[in-house]
Amino acid sequence: MFTSIFLISVLTGAVRAGTPLVFATLGEIVTQRSGVLNLGVEGMMIVGALSGFIGSYYSHSPWVGVVAAMLCAGLISLIHGFLCITLKSDQVISGIMIVLLGVGLTSFAGEAMVGITGYGFEPLHFPLLSDLPFLGEVLFQYNILVYLAVLLVPLLWWLLFRTRIGLEITAVGESPSTADTLGIPVDRVRYMCVFTGGMLAGLGGAFLSLAYTRIWVDHMTAGRGWIAIALVIFAAWKPQRALVGAYLFGGIEGLQLRLQTAGVGVSHHVLQMMPYAATILVLLISARESARRRIGAPEALMKPYIRGARD
Amino acid sequence: MYRDTDDRFGENIMTPLVKMQQIVKRFPGLTANDRVDFEARKGEIHGLLGENGAGKTTLMNILYGLYRQDSGEVSFEGQPVQIDSPRHALELGIGMVHQHFRLIPRLTVLENVVLGLRPEIGVERQGPGRLTSVRRKFFQIFGLDTKTAETRVIELAERFGLKIHPHAKVWELSVGEQQRVEIIKALYRNAKLLILDEPTAVLTPQEVDRLFDMLQTMAEQGYTIILITHKLNEVLNACHRITVLRNGRLVSTVDSAESTQKDLAKLMVGREVLFHVDQEASTAGEEILHVDHLTVLNDKGLEAVRGASFSVHEGEILGVAGVSGNGQTELIEAINGLRRVESGKISFRGKEISNAPPRQIIEQGVGYIPEDRMNVGLATSMTITENMLLKHQSSSQFNRGWFLDKTAVKKAVERLVKAYDVRTASINIPVGRLSGGNIQKIILAREISRHPQLLIASQPTRGLDVGAIEYVQTLLIEQKRQGKAILLISENLDETMRLSDRIAVIYEGEIVRILKTKDTNRREVGLIMAGGLKD
Repeated sequence: MFTSIFLISVLTGAVRAGTPLVFATLGEIVTQRSGVLNLGVEGMMIVGALSGFIGSYYSHSPWVGVVAAMLCAGLISLIHGFLCITLKSDQVISGIMIVLLGVGLTSFAGEAMVGITGYGFEPLHFPLLSDLPFLGEVLFQYNILVYLAVLLVPLLWWLLFRTRIGLEITAVGESPSTADTLGIPVDRVRYMCVFTGGMLAGLGGAFLSLAYTRIWVDHMTAGRGWIAIALVIFAAWKPQRALVGAYLFGGIEGLQLRLQTAGVGVSHHVLQMMPYAATILVLLISARESARRRIGAPEALMKPYIRGARD
Repeated sequence: MYRDTDDRFGENIMTPLVKMQQIVKRFPGLTANDRVDFEARKGEIHGLLGENGAGKTTLMNILYGLYRQDSGEVSFEGQPVQIDSPRHALELGIGMVHQHFRLIPRLTVLENVVLGLRPEIGVERQGPGRLTSVRRKFFQIFGLDTKTAETRVIELAERFGLKIHPHAKVWELSVGEQQRVEIIKALYRNAKLLILDEPTAVLTPQEVDRLFDMLQTMAEQGYTIILITHKLNEVLNACHRITVLRNGRLVSTVDSAESTQKDLAKLMVGREVLFHVDQEASTAGEEILHVDHLTVLNDKGLEAVRGASFSVHEGEILGVAGVSGNGQTELIEAINGLRRVESGKISFRGKEISNAPPRQIIEQGVGYIPEDRMNVGLATSMTITENMLLKHQSSSQFNRGWFLDKTAVKKAVERLVKAYDVRTASINIPVGRLSGGNIQKIILAREISRHPQLLIASQPTRGLDVGAIEYVQTLLIEQKRQGKAILLISENLDETMRLSDRIAVIYEGEIVRILKTKDTNRREVGLIMAGGLKD
């Protein structure tokens, strides 16, 4: 019986810990496909986590928190957009600045919120389904955001690969000068994508403070934003692969927590390191893969578009 | 008002479709177009001829809305127009196929064709009602009507005898096929006027014939075509009329039926041009470079060079002929130690140099004139002096202890600039500011002054004007006469035929055949280049 319980807890842990990564990774995929690298995911997530928490705390509704989180993180992402799209400045530096800004801002603004329990999402209960042995626990006992994240994957896949907008995003990310001559508004498309990326990162952050836990802790994202960026590469810029990658990492984190509670004779510092060590491993593997097959990376990633300049 | 005159003349071939009058376009430091007049009539193929930097492309970029003229008038179909963007040009019916294709390689042919277009609203989606209007809006934003597009693309392709697979990804296509996609793209947007910028630079002779046949069909159906080129035989074969530009000014517009290559060359350059650099038979000496069953991968990890074998001897030019993208770039990079050799052997004077560090290969006496002069050949923001010094920087003649000997460097550079006829105001200006011909001279000076035993020249004359081409070709032959071994890679088959003693034809990474130039002809080489021996 121990194994079944352990397995259930690892699997559900994978999904719970993976969900914020799903949101953030999908958002960053949209951003990067338009040719903008936003390294500020960590910063946008933490802003989402705090503003979600505050929003739900004062309104007593987690949904208000979600909206607040998406808007605030979206606004932060627009700073990156303004710097990189309008002012054509360096995307790496601007992204790192967004992280520092987000972390600093939330430490300052969130001081009053430490130690309070907020209003979060309750797990759903589906009649019959949730009561199934094993499957019910593994598949049908999560809160609404988990299912939302799963639904978002086919939705984004459809948007990116089967619609006119998706085609234009790809064109802008591959060759902005071509897109421009065809009358596609390059800057507007990029702003849209950066804002979408920001909102989704914010949603990922809100999941942490409204569903994963119901408290606000200083720097509670703990590097998940960086993992999301690595996952974009692992996912080869495709939403469907992002889901797999996010749950895999969620699983490693879940496992690490279970091992800690199970009292394995290894220092918890080493265990906590696991997701990050895995990130390096994944990057190594996908770097090899992408070097071999030139998969994924948008051709114009990190290149600001200046009309009239040579390609 | 204008409509009336148009209608009266109907399909008359004399109606000017485009009229550009007194066009002036200045860029910082030069006047690209100086009071140029140009017109093209409906249903004609009009050649726009000139050396590099004569202002041909600038003039057409104005017509296509990429640049705005400083002064002058443009009219299209009799109406004065102010074309301020390519999108506007497309709306008027002006399409342009650039030298560097404006396609997204990762997308399919069809996706590239419909990119940027609003989907048309079909009958079933028209009509009043709230629900239909919501659906219509949704369709406008997201809709991608690939079915209708596919039928139209196939229809257009058939009409002009173009073979095309609508669902192939563009990166999988050959350059010739990509060009066809560009043409379809313009036709799909209802272009009446098609501007082609140096369309034949990347094609095999057979593909060139096919392209010209197609353009002829289009012209007969009332389309107007402007062909930008610096190749004389092409304009004479394909065009009805030819406008010649020199140094940004209009020289003259002539009927192609009444001109010869010699006339045109004189109009273009302003002096008589030597068409044939003298090539004398020479006896090849000792073997310098030997390549044995070489296999090299490209960036995608696929075999780009597959079991290639050949050798180059002292006092010989071996030309590699092939359509670009058949493994030439990878072959050269492997020889220079810039790309990993997977299997096979490269030996230089009997000593193996496969996978040796580039520096060691250079020091043994291999000179390299790279295809991409601006990015690989030079550091464009550095000065002439600094660029000439590269590769020599550790030579004892230019160093005093840990420091560079500035006077020695300056002396040597001044001597080279003079010897190689580099036209520049100073040796301390950034190389990027010089013209293509002068940039190539600097690379030649740097490479040849090291007295290499093997000189690898990749596209040494691409994009240069007639005068500079003559210079580079003469220099290569001069080097050969001095006993150097030369490996020449050129997309210009005429050049390869003219300079080489032997020609190695490369197709899909294999050296299909090595021929003595005097025993073969253009037609045969062209056929092998197109894979004629393989299928």
